[in-house]
Amino acid sequence: MTPFSYVRAGDTADALRLGAGSAAAYLGGGTNLVDLMRETVARPGTLVDVTGLANTIEETEGGGLRIGAAVRNTALAEHRAVRTRYPVLTRAILAGASAQIRNMATVGGNLIQRTRCSYFYDTDGSRCNKRAPGAGCDAIEGFNRHHAILGASEMCVATHPSDMCVAFAMLDATVHLQGGRGARTLPFGDLHRLPVDHPEIDTVLEQGELITAVELPPLPFAKTSTYRKVRDRASYAFALVSVAAALQLAGGRIEDVRIALGGVAHKPWRAFKAEAKLRNGPATEEAFRAAAIAELAEATPLRDNGFKVELATRTLISVLGDLAGVAA
Amino acid sequence: MSITVNGSTAKLPIDARVSLLDFLRDHLQLFGSKKGCNQGACGACTVLVDGERILACLALAVQYEGRKITTVEGLAEGNALHRLQQAFIDHDGLQCGYCTPGQICSAIGMAREAKRGVPSYVSGDLAADVILTREELQERMSGNLCRCGAHNGIIDAIHETVAAEIAV
Repeated sequence: MTPFSYVRAGDTADALRLGAGSAAAYLGGGTNLVDLMRETVARPGTLVDVTGLANTIEETEGGGLRIGAAVRNTALAEHRAVRTRYPVLTRAILAGASAQIRNMATVGGNLIQRTRCSYFYDTDGSRCNKRAPGAGCDAIEGFNRHHAILGASEMCVATHPSDMCVAFAMLDATVHLQGGRGARTLPFGDLHRLPVDHPEIDTVLEQGELITAVELPPLPFAKTSTYRKVRDRASYAFALVSVAAALQLAGGRIEDVRIALGGVAHKPWRAFKAEAKLRNGPATEEAFRAAAIAELAEATPLRDNGFKVELATRTLISVLGDLAGVAA
Repeated sequence: MSITVNGSTAKLPIDARVSLLDFLRDHLQLFGSKKGCNQGACGACTVLVDGERILACLALAVQYEGRKITTVEGLAEGNALHRLQQAFIDHDGLQCGYCTPGQICSAIGMAREAKRGVPSYVSGDLAADVILTREELQERMSGNLCRCGAHNGIIDAIHETVAAEIAV
């Protein structure tokens, strides 16, 4: 590990002051950043520990929830209002990592965690445009079973590793930020970038900008929502494909639907095409299949990950079928 | 800058790079917590912080200033093994023993989570009280790998002790 200094922020203003320099990085639980530092993929000069800030979950006036960025994954997953009103979020969090890691990790850290592409981590032997811009990408011609099938570029085919973020994307969450120029909010879907020609930039956050909270809007039909993760072993593995979905039926027809996919792209993939195809239509397996096919029509699989197209299609059909059974 | 480990106060290292695991092993000579993968994949370094299970390899010691750490060395009462340690012996919950301290600390933290009502990915009803079936235990203990393949004995030992105690 490259030497660094460690400081604890007392409040948000303190954090912004300490985190302003280009060598500074904000530290949540450290479950990703400490590992990246050990591998010398990340080499911050100062770690600003922000776990003492914003660690509450509060009801908003509009009937949603405001989740402080320092809330731990376990605390969010077990929160009574989340379990009953946003079960997709509890299930997504519990699908991720292990219990020990969920006890350490924070919501803010989850949002800015880096890809687990093995070429990104391999500082000794692999080229990676995300780690060393312009170096090239060894994943595109390499072992790319875990890589993206949607929204990738010729520069980068990495996937976003988070489960929690797939639920946030589906729920139309809002991200609250605080920076040197004041506070701002972002729709969750605008936080993460597709790789295009700058895969080294994961998010639209500005230098020194701090995530302070994630806000969930009221979404009554999210009580009929779930998250399913398909992976190489039954637990404690990153997703090959995952589906977050919520469904609202009225007389056998789909009144509203929300879908996001994980494990398929550089960011949590909101399935707008599938949603549009389903809305106001019948809740049948044929309709679910047509929607899944529409969403994946532009998939561009690599040598080893073509199976993800069919896997995502079938998982989406299965999840929607289950939700339709519950919602009916 | 101090930290409490198994009831004793210790001074934290000056160098912020020292992980909690290296601090426990190299500075305090507490070799129970094991360095398996050192990247958060195996669970052999699991310790309890204020009763919550975490991975000491992914933790910087300085992050835990003022907190109370319990390692496997802090579980026995005098010469009497913790009941879960005895149950691991009774159920052949180990062969080489390398993962055992992490398994035991993890199971104690797991029981506390279940008692509090924390669901798991395999829980049917997220709002219901937790019933620690074998399937639930397997999911909740999935962060601790045993390369000897003693998982069945490990689950038996946990089922008979700390899991049974939360059911009442």
